[in-house]
Order: sequence, then C-alpha cells, then structure tokens
Amino acid sequence: MQTEMDMPTLTPQQILRKRKAGEPLLPGELEQVHRHTIAVLLENTIGALIRVVNLFSARGFNLESVTVGETDDPTVSRMTIVTTGNDRIIGQVLRQLDRLIDTLHVEDLTGGSFVERELCLLKVRYTNETRAAIMDTAEIFRGKVVDITPNTMTFELTGPTSKIEAFIKLMQPHGILEVARSGRVAMRRSSGSWLTHEDPILNLSSER
Amino acid sequence: MRTDTIPLVRSARPVLSPESEPVAASAEPVTGAEIFVRALEAEGVEVVFGHPGGAVIHIYDEIARLKPRFQHILVRHEQGGTHMAEGYAKATGRVGTVLVTSGPGATNTITGIADAYMDSIPIVVFTGQVPTKLIGNDAFQETDTIGITRSITKHSFLVRDVRDLAWTIKAAYHIARTGRPGPVVVDLPKDVLLAKAPFAYPEEVHLRGYRLPGPPDPERIREAAELIAASRRPLLYVGGGTINANAADLLTQLARKARIPVTTTLHGLGAFPEDDPLSLGMLGMHGTWYANQAVQHADLIIAVGARFDDRVTGRVDSWAPYAKVIHIDIDPSCISKNVPVDCAIVGDVREVLEQLLPLVEPKDTKEWLAKIEYWRNECPLTYEKGDGKLRAQYVIERIRARTGGHAVVVTDVGQHQMWTAQYFRFLHPRTHITSGGLGTMGFGLPAAIGAAFGLRGRSDWPVVCISGDGGFVMNAQELGVAAAHRLPIKVAIINNNFLGMVRQWQELFHENRFSHTDLSDTNPDFVKLAEAFHCVGLRATRPEEVDAVLDEAWKVNDRPVVIDFQVVKEELVFPMVPAGASTSEMITKRLTPNAFV
Ligand SMILES: Cc1ncc(C[n+]2csc(CCOP(=O)(O)OP(=O)(O)O)c2C)c(N)n1
Ligand SMILES: [Mg+2]
Repeated sequence: MQTEMDMPTLTPQQILRKRKAGEPLLPGELEQVHRHTIAVLLENTIGALIRVVNLFSARGFNLESVTVGETDDPTVSRMTIVTTGNDRIIGQVLRQLDRLIDTLHVEDLTGGSFVERELCLLKVRYTNETRAAIMDTAEIFRGKVVDITPNTMTFELTGPTSKIEAFIKLMQPHGILEVARSGRVAMRRSSGSWLTHEDPILNLSSER
Repeated sequence: MRTDTIPLVRSARPVLSPESEPVAASAEPVTGAEIFVRALEAEGVEVVFGHPGGAVIHIYDEIARLKPRFQHILVRHEQGGTHMAEGYAKATGRVGTVLVTSGPGATNTITGIADAYMDSIPIVVFTGQVPTKLIGNDAFQETDTIGITRSITKHSFLVRDVRDLAWTIKAAYHIARTGRPGPVVVDLPKDVLLAKAPFAYPEEVHLRGYRLPGPPDPERIREAAELIAASRRPLLYVGGGTINANAADLLTQLARKARIPVTTTLHGLGAFPEDDPLSLGMLGMHGTWYANQAVQHADLIIAVGARFDDRVTGRVDSWAPYAKVIHIDIDPSCISKNVPVDCAIVGDVREVLEQLLPLVEPKDTKEWLAKIEYWRNECPLTYEKGDGKLRAQYVIERIRARTGGHAVVVTDVGQHQMWTAQYFRFLHPRTHITSGGLGTMGFGLPAAIGAAFGLRGRSDWPVVCISGDGGFVMNAQELGVAAAHRLPIKVAIINNNFLGMVRQWQELFHENRFSHTDLSDTNPDFVKLAEAFHCVGLRATRPEEVDAVLDEAWKVNDRPVVIDFQVVKEELVFPMVPAGASTSEMITKRLTPNAFV
C-alpha cells in the first residue's frame, strides 16, 4: 500500500524554497546544491531526447536550459543540459541517464574546466536619438546587426550567459520587443576527445 | 535454469515440438507478420500470452498458417497476459512474451509492464499499432503506446520499416534479458506487418548505447573481503537480484563458509534456505523482529542484489546506524541511491560472489549469532492458536507442510502476501513469486498460470497461488485460461471478506474507520465461481478441515482447484514498522491504536 515516506532528502526545488524563505535545513537536507552543466551524446531520435528529459522531470528537476543538435555524425545528437540541484541526486540522475539505451555518453562538466556559450537574438526599438548609444553598447558586446527596420534593430550576440544577460539589461531601457536565446552549449577544455575521458559517473563516492 | 533452482524432471513432456529446426533466414520476401512468427521461433520462444485484434490479425493468421513451434495462449484480459508473462519469466529465468492489439489491447498491458519494470522482470510486449501513415491522427484504436509506456519500460521500439523488424525483435529480447532485466515494448504498425522483406534473424545485435557492466573491480572485491574479515557483527541482506543472477547457491556457500546470518527482502525469499539456522527470514516493514534487530545492531551490512527499498529501510537516516555497507549490484544507478555505501561492487552478482568466495575466510561469529538467537526467542513470529478459529497463517503453514517447500508459490498483494512471506519458509530460488515493487492486486492468479506454463516439461512441483479475496476477483477471469489448459494449479483464497491490508491500516492508524474495505456482503461464492469456470471449488472454514481439503485438492491433477479458506477478518500482520518510522520502532503486537501514531 502506498503512503508517503519521509523523504530522505528534499528535491532541489524544496531546498531552494526553504533557502529563500530563510528556513533552516535539517541535517540530511544539508546536501550541496549546485548548478550543473551536463553534456549527453545520444541517438539522434526524438524518443531518445524525450527519455533524457523525462528522467529529469521524474526526479523533480527544473531544466534551466536544454540544447540539442546534430554532431559530426548525423546519427548522433549532443545535448547540453543546465540544471540546479542536490549534487548527490544529480549524480544518481547521471547514472540513470547513462543506463538509458539511447545515450552514448554522459558527462557532468561542472567542476572541470569547460567553455559554455549561448547565442541570443534581440530586437530593440530605436529612435534617431538612441541609435548611436545602442550601437555603441552593441559594439562593446561584439553584437552584430542582423536586421534593421526604420524603428527596430535586431542584434546577434554570442557569449557566456553572464554577458548575454548584461546586454539584455542594458537594452531594456530602450524597449526590447523580442528576445530569443539558444540556451547553452558547452564543451570540456582539453586536448582529447571526451570519449577518451575517464568516466566520472562510475567513480562511486564512498563517504558515509 | 540452474540445478540449484527447481529440479528438472526428464519424464515430463518437452515444451517445444521437436519436429523441425526454426527457420532463421529466407531469401524470398515474406510479410512482416511471417517475419514476426519466424523471429519468435528463432529466438526460442516457448509460449506467447496474447489476445487478438484488428491491428495484429495478420500475425494471428500466420500463427494459424505456419503452426509455429511456440504455443500461443489466449488470455482473457491483456493485463492477465502480462502477469502470466511475468510469472513465466520468474519461474524459468527466461523472457516472457506478450502479444496484444493496438489501443485498448495496449493500454490493458500498462499495469503489467509497470509491474515488470518495478520488479526487474524480463518481458517483451508486442503491441499492434495503426498503419504508420495514420499514427498521430486519432485513428480507430490508436494510442501513443510508446509515449504512454516510456517511463515504465527499460526500452521501447516503434518499428517503422519491415526491414528493421527482425533485428528489433532480437534487440528487444537482448535488452529485456541482460543487465538489470526489465520490460521492453515493441510497437508494430499494421502496414509494417503487411509489407514484405527477406527474413534473416541475426545471431546477435550490437547496440552502441547499451553498455553492460564489465567484470567487477577486483580491488573492490578485496576491499569487501577485508571489511568482512574485520567485522564482528556482519549481516547479509539479500534481494531478488541474487536470484535473477542465478547466484543463490554461491550466496548460500558464502553465508555458511563465513557464518554470516542472512536476511532477505520479499524478492530475495528463496535465495537462502529458511530452514538454515543462519536464516533470519525477511526484513523490513513486515519482516521479523530479529532480522530488523540484527540490521540495527550490525557493524557490516552486505547487500547482495538488493536496492534499499523504503519498505526495507523505513526511515533511512536511522537504518543500520552502526553498519558499514557493502553493496553488490548489477545496476550502478542503484548504488548509494537511498543509503550511502562504503564499498560498491558493480557487476553480475554471480561473478562477484565467485570471486569474493575464495577471499573470505571462515569467521567466528558465535557471539553475534547467540545475540540473534536471543532476539529470535524473545520475539518469534507467532499468532494465536487453539481457539478454533481459522487463520491465514495456519493455512499457509499447512500448505508448506503439504508441499515440504517443494512448490512454486505465487501470491497476490495484501495481508496474505506478507503472511506467506513470513510463514512459508522458502527453501529454493524461483519458488516465490510476488508483486513487490508495484504491489499489484490481481497479479497472483495470472502469474501462477504463467509459472505453470513455465514449469511444464521442467518440473513436477505444483504451482500454488495464495490470493486475497479482494485481489483474486481483479483477474478472476483468467481461471478460464487455467481451465482451458487443464493446469493443475492450486488457488488458495485467503478469504477474510475484507481488503485486509487496508483494513489493518484503518484499524491501526485511522481509528477503526473501515471505509470501503468490507467485502462480506458482496464477495462472490468462490466455490461456485470456480465451478462456473470448469475448475474444482473447495471450502474450509475451520482449522481441522484444512488438511483434508488440501488432500482433496492435491488429488486433482487435471484442472485447477480453487479453495475458499474462510479466515477471521480481525487478524493483523505483525510485526510491523509503521510507514516512515525507524526500523527500531517495530510494533510487535496489537496495542491501543493511539500508542504509536
Ligand atoms: C490494483 C491495486 N489496487 C489497490 C491496492 C491497494 N491495496 C493493497 S492491499 C489491498 C487489500 C487487498 O485485499 P485482499 O486481496 O482481500 O487481501 P488481504 O489483504 O485481505 O489479504 C489494497 C486495496 C493495490 N495494492 N493494488
Ligand atoms: Mg482479503
């Protein structure tokens, strides 16, 4: 018969909510919560994609960013997933991801050194008075104009998320009409292919 | 099957008709429906539990035309079919097979698929589907079977091209059987079954994303041996993964060599003979008091093919507070999931035990075993006797005496399930089949039927289904299947005229408000029900009738027997760890309800 058990640990959402509310975390809930950037190589099918995303939703994780695209091998896609959560539970989810038949490789890039980039398209209103200021700012951010109309400009911008967010903030006073962000893609900084990288998932922790 | 499981008999008739070798290839293009039948033959499938319908009618046509080597069993409800496949798989260690039509046929299998997923049972479920060009159009009898089953399958396939059919079937059986076993769904659009292609059944399939655990890490095994050598109060905690890996014999050797007491989970029952003094029976919510005491005092827990389910651990943070934990399991995603582990060995349980056994020296655990004996005597498993009332525990003890433990016992879900686990005293692996993870009422009868098909030609041991009055009627229609095939199964209904397990919680935690659990006015006459299905119906209402009724039942060997054991309704399953409580807070007998809520 099913009744609720005392959960041994809280979901990431519960922990964040408690933290926001300033409530103390009990022992056992005091696990580390971090942002994780996870890269997954998977079969290039919609079913594979859904299985990966399902796993996160089943464990109560919110995905801050998901990107997916073909790799140099058209039968293989690469996903980058950014999520915040309890490290131990994320570790489990990674192992569950690895267990899926459609995943070829799973790696948590967090902790190591890696490059993370995002693409942003931003449409902003301009007038003759604001135009120069907008262009100046965009130049500092290395934004490129990809479309222009008599009263709007669309910029293309790539960079780490912090840069994109700073740019959006600076454009806000001018009147942003639309923002489209790609979500993050990421890659480990190293000379080797990641397939030769030691699999961190099976390095099981032994602390108790 | 290994010889350490149910002994094989040579006298019984072979399951597969020996006339011809299966066709593994044909250059001539044949229909998908024929490929399907040929592929199942080549896979060595013995039995298909199925139910026809429009989307799979061509497969049924081929079954009639080709007269394949496997037997098709017409089930009465597709849920029953999936449980039969599970029972077959559990009893034999082989993969169970189900074939159903699209839409309602497919949705009726959901409970069985989820059950197999939770209990790691290898089954392959073939579902019909509307033609590929109609998929997504809300066509007649269309459901998104792949979508619905995604989170309850180990994997699933939608076959879009007849040329993919043969290898997909091979892959499905491979995935279901290997690693941590589980259910696989193969969705078969009707046009794929009609299209033609040459048939070739591959010898093996390579799935690049499917990595099975490699050989276990010898360093970790050495570490485990050292932990065992250093421990003074070791305890083996054994789950169903040990039986799945056919490793019960090695586990038994390990326990006896090092003199380590053994407690098993519900699914681990049978992995270690319960008549051995080292056996503590089951642990957890309705486990023995002494097994749970041993957990709470152990300094080393050796978990073998177990997953630290919440029914086992109760409140996790106070479980086994003094113990280091060794965890041996095939599934790395189980390691440290609920309880942090000190030494994790990922690999096939049998392989691990083979390597661990020579490294473990005989140990002196006398003091520890004496302590456990003290607990065992202090609070043994027991129930009231001698007042002339019929109780479930007594019925189960008498069935145990009648069979000597040489039977395959399949239970449903509820109080009778826990009493069977407590009182049957299992001796052999694969002789206890139950729905543990999902706890599916209605599992028992069809799973027993599936087990009986699995034992045909393999063993003379009887299949006994122990069911509740509530759960029995959830799939009672499958009596028709048992009768049609003259399966001599014995069905013991522990009839307390209540949804007993819920009644127990209502008594203990809801101040006797027996909301919608009383079945006494509406239960059928089970004897008449049995007879209506061409089975033998018997009844016992008092303890002194039990043996005679069992004798009578055991005389019947050409059809199923259903026995209505009318037992008292007030009996509770003890001991009990209330949900969410710590393992050390066991209730061992009836108290005033408010004492422990
Ligand atoms: C399909 C399903 N529905 C509901 C439940 C919840 N449940 C668990 S045990 C139980 C009572 C079972 O009654 P019965 O079959 O008579 O067995 P008893 O407990 O009386 O031995 C119920 C309703 C369940 N496990 N499965
Ligand atoms: Mg009942």
